[in-house]
Amino acid sequence: METIKQKENINEIRNRLLNQQRKLQRRKILSNRSLLIGALILLAMVLIAVLAPFIAPYSPSDMNVPNRLMPPSAQHLLGTDEFGRDLLTRVMYGARVSMFVGLAVSILSSVFGLIIGLYASYFKTLDHILMRISDGLIAIPGILLAIALMAALGGSIWNVVIALTVVFTPSIARVVRSSAVVIREQAYIEAVYMQGAGHFRILWGNIAPNVLSPLLIQATFIFASAILSEAALSFLGAGIPAPEPSWGNILQASKLVINKAWWVAVFPGVMLILSVLSLNLLGDGLRDYFDPHISARNK
Amino acid sequence: MGDYMLTYIFKRLVSIVPVLFVVSIAIFMIIHITPGEPASVLLGLEATPEEIEALNEQMGLNRPIYIQYFTWIKNVFKGDLGDSIFMRMPVADAIRDYFPPTMSLAILAQLIALIIAIPTGIIASYKRGKPIDTALMSVSLLGMATPGFLLGLFLMLLFSVQLGWLPVAGYRPLSMGLGTHLYYLILPAFSLGVVQAALIARMTRSSMLDVLYNNYIKTARAKGIKEKVVLLKHALKNASLPILTVLGQSFGTLVTGAVVIESLFNIPGMGQLVLNSIKRRDIAVIQGVVLFITLIYVGVNLFVDLMYGVIDPRVRLDRK
Repeated sequence: METIKQKENINEIRNRLLNQQRKLQRRKILSNRSLLIGALILLAMVLIAVLAPFIAPYSPSDMNVPNRLMPPSAQHLLGTDEFGRDLLTRVMYGARVSMFVGLAVSILSSVFGLIIGLYASYFKTLDHILMRISDGLIAIPGILLAIALMAALGGSIWNVVIALTVVFTPSIARVVRSSAVVIREQAYIEAVYMQGAGHFRILWGNIAPNVLSPLLIQATFIFASAILSEAALSFLGAGIPAPEPSWGNILQASKLVINKAWWVAVFPGVMLILSVLSLNLLGDGLRDYFDPHISARNK
Repeated sequence: MGDYMLTYIFKRLVSIVPVLFVVSIAIFMIIHITPGEPASVLLGLEATPEEIEALNEQMGLNRPIYIQYFTWIKNVFKGDLGDSIFMRMPVADAIRDYFPPTMSLAILAQLIALIIAIPTGIIASYKRGKPIDTALMSVSLLGMATPGFLLGLFLMLLFSVQLGWLPVAGYRPLSMGLGTHLYYLILPAFSLGVVQAALIARMTRSSMLDVLYNNYIKTARAKGIKEKVVLLKHALKNASLPILTVLGQSFGTLVTGAVVIESLFNIPGMGQLVLNSIKRRDIAVIQGVVLFITLIYVGVNLFVDLMYGVIDPRVRLDRK
């Protein structure tokens, strides 16, 4: 009888503690303003991107030449472009391109970077080879490497993803490697090894889960950089080819009509700034959340 | 001390050899990932089979790939980056013609970035947590999220189109007078510099904060040294290493950023060269430009690293 009662007591205490922990965690997230604001803006962008085909008032390719370069009005909330296409619609579809490229590049370079960084942290010779390669790739300024790859591959959304993945994978690999090297030296890894765990098991079962938070933070910043780079590439005419709307190629077109139509430049530009800002805030917020020591110093 | 410094310089020089090796392979491979036979890519669409055969022969394009690489790298060492078929001139000459505007733009942008960033960072760190710090850091966050070409577009809209104070686009070389040169360059340089300024300001602030609460700063204040001297001499000097790193990196970013900004302001620099080459798929030029800018980038960073050794004796001893 005694023991059952004790058990109930212990369970109750544990539940209370867990609840408290959850509450603390919730408070930690809610009090983290960067994280909250960043996540909210990003969520809005993602919603616009996903829902564009359903909520956009027109079709992104509907031309209406008599209506060209109309300022914002009730029919066209953000005005029209040089072919009379609805700018609001095109900006919404542009969000689709940006979010897709950002997400695809950050996921792909995280996967490759995780694999490369983990194995580099664990095998000495491999480390030397892989890190020299990544040093070399990092030495080439990112946009230039992307431009060169795009010139070789030709403009398309998938080629943008490929080019930017090549550009950003080394930086993720470095982050993963430098965290993994520290973890590898911990006593518990040695303990697992002593118990007879193989390299594969240690790498993926014991080290990988512990590098996920720095990886996630880095991937958030890569998301932002990928959106910026796609816009720059498309602005240069080396990214997404013209009829398909992307913020970068809308901005490129806006340059030619900047004397007559400010709205064509301003609205996609503001969207671009907002999405990059939201991701930078989110990244800072995540860093605060996972590693309060570093951020406390900078406050 | 002299010995340590020499060893340090030697080690740093040796360490960039593998980097340059990988860079050269990556750039060399660009021509091979381009769909189509390399010779026909280089010659363009109108090339006859005879011309393609001749180029294959001349460049050894039908030999094994590692021999091609060695031929290519040997020419690069001689300063021969190949020929641009479209411009009918050696790539190295084209780069020489197009480089000065880019250099002007990057240097002016770097100056603007420094003038804005260093005081901003120092003030923000000094007034840490006060409203002015929050305001400056929020603005810098916004600056970091705004790509240079977009800021340039907005500034062009404001100063050139609405107010009519500055030219919309174009470029005047330095030979037409410094005033004219700057008049045309100020808007692009400012657009390019602001993003870097945001980054450098944040770095300045955080490395100043690392230093400001040390005991020797307290000592200096206790001795009654003026606050200005404490900040600029005692604190800033010790906070300068991380700032220097960011400066080195930012110069590389500036040269690359210039490539994009130039296309916005119609400046006939490296950016224009790259842009035209993308349209014509003139891969030899693109390879040449990427290699050239990467060399500058690596060179600047190497210089910064060596400066470390000069400024901070600990660095050269550490890596003995």
